[in-house]
Amino acid sequence: MLKTALLPAAFVAAISISVSTACADIQVTIGYLEKQVPAPPVLYNLDEIPENEGLAGARIAIKDNATTGRFLKQGYTLEEVVIPEDGDTLAGARELLAKARFLVVKAPAADLLAIADMAEAQGALIFNAGAPDVALRDADCRANIFHTLASRDMLADALAQFSVSKRWTRWAMIHGVHEGDLALKAALENSARKFGLTIAGQKEWAFDADMRRNAAQEVPLFTQDFEEHDLLLVADEIGDFGRYILYNTWAPRPVAGSEGMTASTWAASVEANGAVQLQNRFRKQAERGMTAIDYAAWAGVRAVGEAVTRLNTTDPAAIRSFMLSADFELAGFKGAPLTFRDWNGQMRQPIPLSHPRALAAMAPLDGFLHERTPLDSLGLDKPESKCTRFGG
Amino acid sequence: MRLLMTLLLASVSLPAMAGEFWISNEKDNTISVLDEATLEVTRTIEVGKRPRGIIFSKDFKTLYLCASDSNTVQVIDPETGAVLNELPSGEDPEQFALHPDNRHLYIANEDDAITTVVDVVERKVIAQIDVGIEPEGMAVSPDGKIAITTSETTNMAHWIDTATNQIVANTLVDQRPRHAEYNKDGSELWVSSEIGGTVTVFNTADQSEKGKIEFAIKGVYRDKIQPVGVKLTSDGKHAFVALGPSNHIAVVDQATREVLSYILVGRRVWHMAFNADESLMVTTNGVSGDVTIVDMKTLEAVKTIKVGRFPWGAAYRP
Repeated sequence: MLKTALLPAAFVAAISISVSTACADIQVTIGYLEKQVPAPPVLYNLDEIPENEGLAGARIAIKDNATTGRFLKQGYTLEEVVIPEDGDTLAGARELLAKARFLVVKAPAADLLAIADMAEAQGALIFNAGAPDVALRDADCRANIFHTLASRDMLADALAQFSVSKRWTRWAMIHGVHEGDLALKAALENSARKFGLTIAGQKEWAFDADMRRNAAQEVPLFTQDFEEHDLLLVADEIGDFGRYILYNTWAPRPVAGSEGMTASTWAASVEANGAVQLQNRFRKQAERGMTAIDYAAWAGVRAVGEAVTRLNTTDPAAIRSFMLSADFELAGFKGAPLTFRDWNGQMRQPIPLSHPRALAAMAPLDGFLHERTPLDSLGLDKPESKCTRFGG
Repeated sequence: MRLLMTLLLASVSLPAMAGEFWISNEKDNTISVLDEATLEVTRTIEVGKRPRGIIFSKDFKTLYLCASDSNTVQVIDPETGAVLNELPSGEDPEQFALHPDNRHLYIANEDDAITTVVDVVERKVIAQIDVGIEPEGMAVSPDGKIAITTSETTNMAHWIDTATNQIVANTLVDQRPRHAEYNKDGSELWVSSEIGGTVTVFNTADQSEKGKIEFAIKGVYRDKIQPVGVKLTSDGKHAFVALGPSNHIAVVDQATREVLSYILVGRRVWHMAFNADESLMVTTNGVSGDVTIVDMKTLEAVKTIKVGRFPWGAAYRP
């Protein structure tokens, strides 16, 4: 039943997994495309970055789709293309788009946009499972890109709602110098404005010392002159220095952001709303915990499956308009149906606020209301988004 | 806890004829036994890990319990509370249904996308049927001819012919179906969809959709209204739908499928059980760790009783 074929090619590693039934009336091919990027060095040496992050989620989802499809005579195939750091992204995408009109992509924003703008990608449907950039949901949006990964502003809004509900109204922030750190810092500043929080102080982490030796000495001094604050935020997306902040601050304050309590699309400690089942299914196959990117890839493949189940068609245009309609819903183990915003293609979803051992809260928090759904209190709302390619 | 139970046992004199509600406590690995007359917990029984689905044999002499994380169905003597034996259930049994022949259990194996059929006399697996992802809701028609499995991620009710153990039909429902329940004469099947927020009623003669019930509670956002447990009164008048984190039970007119009222119970209400004459109903309130007793005449909550952690399933024996 599981058929694997290796297609030798100079610039890509391409694998096709078919979990379809022989007598299927409808065959759906979904492409998974990953552009590998260099990982900057971090202070800590024991982090394991899973090689198949994202891909493992797509593989679980294609099996989920195929199990459902079996009862409806619908077969599903996942075509996988992983492009190395120095590989030709567009050549890989072209190869994939010749086989699949649905693509789940894990790539930096610039690559994602380049793929979406290819002639071959017109009329295809791309699911962004790797880029949290706000701009992709804003002025840089594309009609053929949907986003199953939460954007940075959704995550920052979740943290802000949590702070407001705890009456922790004064933030201090330490941010790194990488592009992602600065983007997260900007998102947190926006969220503070949106939810009426005060940022009492900000500092850039610019040390190059090895913090395993002297964090205990450095961090208290580094944080001593922050003005009075309730919560210390850390913007350190690559996981470089943030872990050394915890328990070493001058003032005894909780830490959130990239360390401590984190806001994310998915976390290993999410267990309610049936999440145990997805976590177990994932762990059984991937032999590790499920990350936000795994979840986003899973949600992209499942969203296509759910639409095909309901419509019994593989036409990307019909599926796109169904996904943007009020009739589309996907159960995603987070306690509310997942739907898509019809102004920028972002998947509406609850945001777990968690630490490694448990869930602290699920955003939107109680009391944050919205005219459409409380989920729209997270991230760019319709009037704010400068995206015009969804007819808005 | 044990000491407390001993004291309780010593201080309460049990009416001989009163029935009992049995409640499975998902995160305590216990069952709380509630006396129908006094409405107090009279026994707490230690069982396997993550107990959920709970039913009595047709003669009420045996209790069957899905111990999900022990990967077994436990057979318990309700008189003594002793675990008599364990049935091969397949992995992660969550819910099950007993065939009218009092012999065949149909078990949903949530992690394996399988429905397992077990002969409780021979203690043998008779068949395993491939179903959709995360099977949960189980029901057997009153005439015993059809078994139903609902699968949460596949969003279907699978109709299984009990004579051949083959699936004869698959019907789509809204997102995350949790529970299936036949009406008394078997002409209707009710299936709840937790994330879809609806209950679909099927005409069992041809598996066609007869109607869909939606819910709206003033002041509660739609996403919090998550239908799980369904119970239908045998007089054909009312249906009760447990609405999860909205903390309410919907009272529905069985014939017209119109929602008549909502009863506020405890937090995250999962399942329900009636007593023998259907004058009382118990609801399991997962998050608040208690059960609510509903008076079926006035349709009002009359009492809340603390049980174990995360009560999930409920069953009644006279």
